[in-house]
Amino acid sequence: MERPLTANIRPGEPPLDIEGYERSGGYRAVRRALSELSPDDVLELVIDSGLRGRGGAGFPTGQKWRFMPRGDDAPRPRYLIANADEMEPGTFKDRLLLEGDPHQLIEGMILSAYAIGANVAYVFLRDEYRLAAETLRRAIAEATDRGFLGEHILGSEISLSLHLHTSAGRYICGEETALISALEGRRAIPRTKPPFPQLVGLWGKPTVVNNVETLCNVPHIVNNGAEWFRSLGLTSDSGTKLYGASGKVKRPGLWELPMGTPIRELLEEHAGGMRDGYRFRALLPGGASTDFLVEEHLDTPMDFESIQKVGSRLGTGTMIVLDDKTCPVAMLHNLEHFFAQESCGWCTPCRDGLPYVEHLLAAIDAGDGRPRDLALLEMHTRHLGPGRTFCAHAPGAMEPLQSGLRYFRDDFERHIAERRCPYR
Amino acid sequence: MPIYVDNREYPAAPEKNLLEHCLSLGLNLPYFCWHPAMGSVGACRQCAVKQYRDERDTEGRIVMACMTPAAEGLRIGLDEPEARDFRARVIEWLMVNHPHDCPVCEEGGECHLQDMTVMTGHNYRRYRGLKRTHRNQYLGPFLNHEMNRCIACYRCVRFYQDYAGGDDLRAFASHHHVYFGRHEDGVLESEWSGNLAEVCPTGVFTDKPFSKHYVRKWDLQSAPSICVHCGHGCNVAAQERYGRLRRVVNRFNGDVNGYFICDRGRYGHGFVTAPTRVRAPLLRTGNRELEAVGVDEALHAASEMLAGRVIGIGSPRASLEANFALKRLVGDDAFYMGVGGPDAAALEAVHAIRTETATRAPTLIDVENADAMLVLGEDVASTAPRMALALRQATRNRQKAIASGLGIPAWLDQPVRTAGHGQLSPLYVATPVPTRLDAIAAGIFRGSADEIARLGFAIAARIDARAPGVDDLTRDVSELAARIADALASASRPLVVSGVSIRSVAVLEAAANVALALGAKLGRPADLALALPECNSMGLELLGARSLDDALEHAERQPIRAAIVLENDLARRMPRAALERFGERVEHLIVVDHTLHATARAADLVLPAAAFAEGDGTLVNNEGRAQRFFQAYVPDGEIRESWRWLAELARRRGIECGWASLDDVIADCAASSRRLAPIVDAAPGARFRIADRRIAREPARYSGRTAMHANVDIREPKPPEDPDTPLAFSMEGYYGPRVPPALIPFFRAPGWNSNQSVHKFLDETGRALRGGNPGVRLVEPGADARRAYFEARASLPPSGDALRVVPLADVFGSDELAALSPPVAERIPEPCVVLGPADADARGIVDGMTAEIELGETSLALPVRVVPGLAAGTLGVPIGLPGMPFIAAETAKVGGRGTAGDPR
Repeated sequence: MERPLTANIRPGEPPLDIEGYERSGGYRAVRRALSELSPDDVLELVIDSGLRGRGGAGFPTGQKWRFMPRGDDAPRPRYLIANADEMEPGTFKDRLLLEGDPHQLIEGMILSAYAIGANVAYVFLRDEYRLAAETLRRAIAEATDRGFLGEHILGSEISLSLHLHTSAGRYICGEETALISALEGRRAIPRTKPPFPQLVGLWGKPTVVNNVETLCNVPHIVNNGAEWFRSLGLTSDSGTKLYGASGKVKRPGLWELPMGTPIRELLEEHAGGMRDGYRFRALLPGGASTDFLVEEHLDTPMDFESIQKVGSRLGTGTMIVLDDKTCPVAMLHNLEHFFAQESCGWCTPCRDGLPYVEHLLAAIDAGDGRPRDLALLEMHTRHLGPGRTFCAHAPGAMEPLQSGLRYFRDDFERHIAERRCPYR
Repeated sequence: MPIYVDNREYPAAPEKNLLEHCLSLGLNLPYFCWHPAMGSVGACRQCAVKQYRDERDTEGRIVMACMTPAAEGLRIGLDEPEARDFRARVIEWLMVNHPHDCPVCEEGGECHLQDMTVMTGHNYRRYRGLKRTHRNQYLGPFLNHEMNRCIACYRCVRFYQDYAGGDDLRAFASHHHVYFGRHEDGVLESEWSGNLAEVCPTGVFTDKPFSKHYVRKWDLQSAPSICVHCGHGCNVAAQERYGRLRRVVNRFNGDVNGYFICDRGRYGHGFVTAPTRVRAPLLRTGNRELEAVGVDEALHAASEMLAGRVIGIGSPRASLEANFALKRLVGDDAFYMGVGGPDAAALEAVHAIRTETATRAPTLIDVENADAMLVLGEDVASTAPRMALALRQATRNRQKAIASGLGIPAWLDQPVRTAGHGQLSPLYVATPVPTRLDAIAAGIFRGSADEIARLGFAIAARIDARAPGVDDLTRDVSELAARIADALASASRPLVVSGVSIRSVAVLEAAANVALALGAKLGRPADLALALPECNSMGLELLGARSLDDALEHAERQPIRAAIVLENDLARRMPRAALERFGERVEHLIVVDHTLHATARAADLVLPAAAFAEGDGTLVNNEGRAQRFFQAYVPDGEIRESWRWLAELARRRGIECGWASLDDVIADCAASSRRLAPIVDAAPGARFRIADRRIAREPARYSGRTAMHANVDIREPKPPEDPDTPLAFSMEGYYGPRVPPALIPFFRAPGWNSNQSVHKFLDETGRALRGGNPGVRLVEPGADARRAYFEARASLPPSGDALRVVPLADVFGSDELAALSPPVAERIPEPCVVLGPADADARGIVDGMTAEIELGETSLALPVRVVPGLAAGTLGVPIGLPGMPFIAAETAKVGGRGTAGDPR
C-alpha cells in the first residue's frame, strides 16, 4: 500500500534534513515543474488529480486555485498561505506532517505558489506547535541555502520567499479569512465572503489558503501524475488520507490509508477496537465540529461524499470515539464550552448563543436541567445554522449537538428527569 | 424589474443594500450594526429576512438584509415566521447579559435597543444563568461608560477608529467577553468622541455633561438650531427643560453635517448656563461697578448715552438679523464688522474670492465625494472639524473605486477596506504645523504662510500656464508642486481647502488660483472650501461692513458719544493698547451680549442678549448657506434677542424700524442686498402652519405640564407666545413626517424613539431630508465672476533672528464661547508656543522650557514645545486660546534667557 505522505516519517526519530529528503526523492517535483511544466500545467494536474482540501471542508484544491485572477493585468503580488493552525479538537494530523517531514510541506508550497503565481508564502502555525516551529525554521533555512527558496529558484525566473508566522493562538484563526486578518495584525475576525481571498486576500491581494496536508500532496501528484493519485483512493475520492482515532480505543493513533477506508476498518483494525470493558457508542468522524455517527454507519467509507450522505462530514478525518461509560451530555458540554470560548465575538448568534448553549448543557449535566431546555437547545441548533451566523464556527459547533440530541435523547431526558448525571 | 417584499411590489434599488432600501420604503426592519454613514458589516444579524429564488421557491433561506443588494427581481419576506423568530432570538441573545436597567439608564426613552426589542416582540427571559459583568472606565469629561449594557454591535470602534481616525478606543478580548474601551482609563483623545453617545444603540456611552442635569428625551423641549462654535454651521437640536439648556445633539443635514458633529459643538453650549452669563441689564453709574437694573432704567440710560454720534460694532458670532438691526440703528457708515487687523483682511479676501471668482463652495457631500484634495494653510481638523472629517471620508474614495472595479458595492464596508488595502485618494496637506490629517496625507509641506502661498501659486501655474507663478522655488518645493498639481489635475472631482486662521491673504489667493486653474481645466467652477472661524463670519461679510481698524480711525477722527458693541469681545479683536485708546475716545460703551467678557466688564451698559438656544435668527456658514436657528425655550430674566434690544434703542434714537417679529427683520435684511435676498427662504416664516397648527417643540409624551410650575402657582400657566416662528412652546401642535426639514425640532417616529428615526425623514437618496436639506445657498459661482487669477504675491520670508508667527488653532480652545463651557474647558491645553528643533537648538531651548516671547509690543513668558517637522524660521503661537492676549504681530523673537520648566 502506498503511503506517499508519511513515507519519510519514522516515529520517534527526527525528520529528514534536506540531504536526506533529497536522497529519498525530495524536491524532484520542484526541479521537474520548473524545467518542464508551466504553472498552468501544475494547476491542471492538481485539478485532474481530484485533490480536495484536507482542512475539513473538502473543497477541490484545483478549483480554489483557478479562482485566482489570471492574466498580465491581474493584481500583484499574490500570496500562498499554509494553514497550519491545527486546533480542531481531536485532530493532530498536520502536526505529524510538520514535525515529521517539513521539507515535504515546503516542496508542496513551492509547487503550489508556482501554480498560482505567488511570490510570497506564509506558514500560519498554531501557537502550541513549538517543535514544528523549530523544525520548520530549520527546514526553511536549509531550503533557502540550497536555492529552493528565495530569488531565482534553481536559477529560474521564479522566486518565493517563505515566512513562518506563529499564531497567538485562537481556534478561529483556522478559518481562512480570520487567519488572513490575524496575519495582517488585526483582530482574528472572519471577513465577508464574497469577495473570496483569491480575489481580495492578504493585504487586499489575491491569496490562496490551503491546509498543510493538502499542500503535502502536491509534490506526489507532480511526481506521479493525476491518474496515479486518483487510483490511490478506494472510492471516487482521490489520494490517501491521514486518519486518526482518539477516545477509549486500544490503539489511539494516526494512519495514512487510502481515501475511502471504511470506518469499521479504522476503528477495529487500526485502532484495535474498543478498550476492554468499553463498548462503542458513537463517534465524531472528523473533529469536534462534525455530526455524530453511530453503529449503523460503521461500514461507511471515510471520504467526503460518503460521510456527507450519512449526515456528517469527513472534516479532518481524525475521529473522536465515544464509549458507553462516558456521559454524552458531559462530552457535549465540554465541546460547546470550547466552541463558546473560541467564538471571535463578532456576530450575535455565535458570541451570545454558544455561551447560552454551554449554560444549558452545564445545567443539564449538573442535574439542574428543565424539560424546556431540550427545546431551547434545538432552537439553537436551528438558529445557529449556516447563513445565520457570520462564518461557519457556530454552525460547526451545532453539528455534534444536533446529532447528539437525536442519538442521545434518552440520556438528556434522564439527566433532566432524575436531576443528576446517570454516569456518575 | 421591481423587488417583492412579503409579496408586495416595490421599486428595486440595486445600488443600495436591502436593509437601507426597506427602511427608505418605510418598512420596519430592526438592525444594530448597520449605520447609514458607515455601511454594512453583518455583525449583529438582526436584520434577517427570508430570501426566495423565485416565486416557485417555497423554502427560501435566511439572509441578512444589510449584506444583500436590493437587486431587481429579488423576493424577500420580512414577515416570515422563521425570519421573525430568528430576529426575536437575536434580541434574546443580546438580552442574556444586558442589565435591564432601563429605569436608571440615561438611554431609556431614546434607546435603539429598547425600540428593536419591542419591534421583535421578545419579552420573556428564559436564560437562568448569571450575567457577565464588566468594569467601566473613566473616559474624560464628555462621556459616561457603562459596558455592562453593551450588545457588541461594534459601531463605537467602527465610528471612532475606522470613520473618525481615532486610535484610543478599541475592541478588546473575544467571545462574549468582548470589551470596548481604552487600553487604560483616560480621556478619549478624539474630538469626535461625543458622537459615541449617538452612535451607540444603547447606553454604553452617554453624554456626561447631560447626566448632571438629566431628563428623558420625551421631557425635553427642542428646537432646530445651528452650532455657533465655528463657521461650518452644523445643524443641531438645542434641548431644554425647566428653563435650562440641557444638551445639544446632532440634527441631520446631509449637505452640512450628516450624522455627526464634533465635541466642540456638542459640548460647547455650556456657555449658556455658565457663571459668565448676563441675565439682567447691567448699568454703571459714575465710577461704580456694573450693577443689575430694570429694563426701563437701562433703556432710559441708553437713550441718554445715545444722544450724539454713535457707532456700531457688529459681530461674526451674532445673527444676520442682529447685525442688520445694529446697522440700521447706526447707519451704514457707522457700522463696523467687529473684526480687525489681519483677521479682517483675510475675511475680506474670502469675500472677494467667493463673490468675484468662478470657484464653488462645496457641500459636505461634495467634500466627501472629492477624489484629490489639497489643504492649503488651514489646520481644518482644528478650525472646521466637520470638514476635516469629510476629507477623511474622501480619502477613502480610491478604496471604493478599487472595490467597485471588483464588483464590491460601496456600502459593504469591510471588503471595501480590504480590497483597497491602504490605498487612499490623494490628500496633500500644506500647513505650518503638524495636523491630525497628516497621517492620511499623500504629501505634507511645512512652511510659513508665505512659503505655503508660494507653493499654492506654483501648483496653480503648473495646472494652468496662464496662472501667475513664482520664481526661485527650491527644487524640492517645485517637485512637490508638480506632484500635487498632477494629482489634482488628473482628478475628476478635485477639491481645494483653505481658510483664514493662518491670517494670510496670499494663502487664500493662492488657494483660489489653484481652484481657478482646476476650473479652467474642468470647464466648470472647481470646488474651493474656505474655513471661517465663526458661525456668521460669512454672513457679516455679505452684509457688508468695514474693518474694526476703521472704527478706531473713526474714533480718532472725531470723538464718539457711544459705541454699541454687539455680541463681541473686542479684547479678542485688537491689541490692548488700541482698545484702551478706543475707550478713551468713546464716551459710552454699550454692549449687547449674553456673556460678561472683558469688553462687557468695561462697558457702561450691558444689555442681556439671548444665546443661540434662546432666540431665533439666520447664520451664513462657510459654504454661503443661510440657515435659520430657532428658540428652544423662553429664558428667565430680562434676556431678549439682540435685534429686539437694538430695535428698541433705534426707536429711542427716533428710528422706527417697524419690526413686530423676526419675519419683518428678515424681510428688511433680505431687501437690503441682492445677495441676502434668498434668506427669506432659509425656513418657513412665522405664519406657516400644518393643518392650522404650529409645530410642537415638545414631544406628545412631554410630562408634568400641569405640575412643573406648581411650586410657583397652582394654576397651569399659559404657554409663552411665539410671534417669531411657526413653532409652539407646547406639546400641542403638529409633529410628524410633514414637518418642513428646517423646522424639525427633534427626530422621532412611531416605534423609533432614538435618533435612528432619522431615516423616517429622509428622501430616497438617503443624503437629504424629504423636502431638501435645510438652508439656502447665497453664493453660487458664475454671475459675478470677473476675476481670472490673483497676482502671485508672496515674498520670501525674512532671514535673521526674527521668526515668522503662525497662528495655532486648538479644536477646543480657539472658540471663545465653547471655552466657557466647563467640560470643554477641561480639554483645553495650557497655552504654549511651538518651535522646530533647529530653531530651538539655535536658541538653547529645550522642550518644556519657558521662554520670553516678543510679539511686536507684547511680551509673553510661555512654555515652548519643540515639534519635529515644524518649518524652520516659524513660531507657532496659540492665538485665541483663553489667557492669551490679542496678537497681530507677524514676526516674533524668542529670548535666549529661557527658564527651565517641567520638561515634558
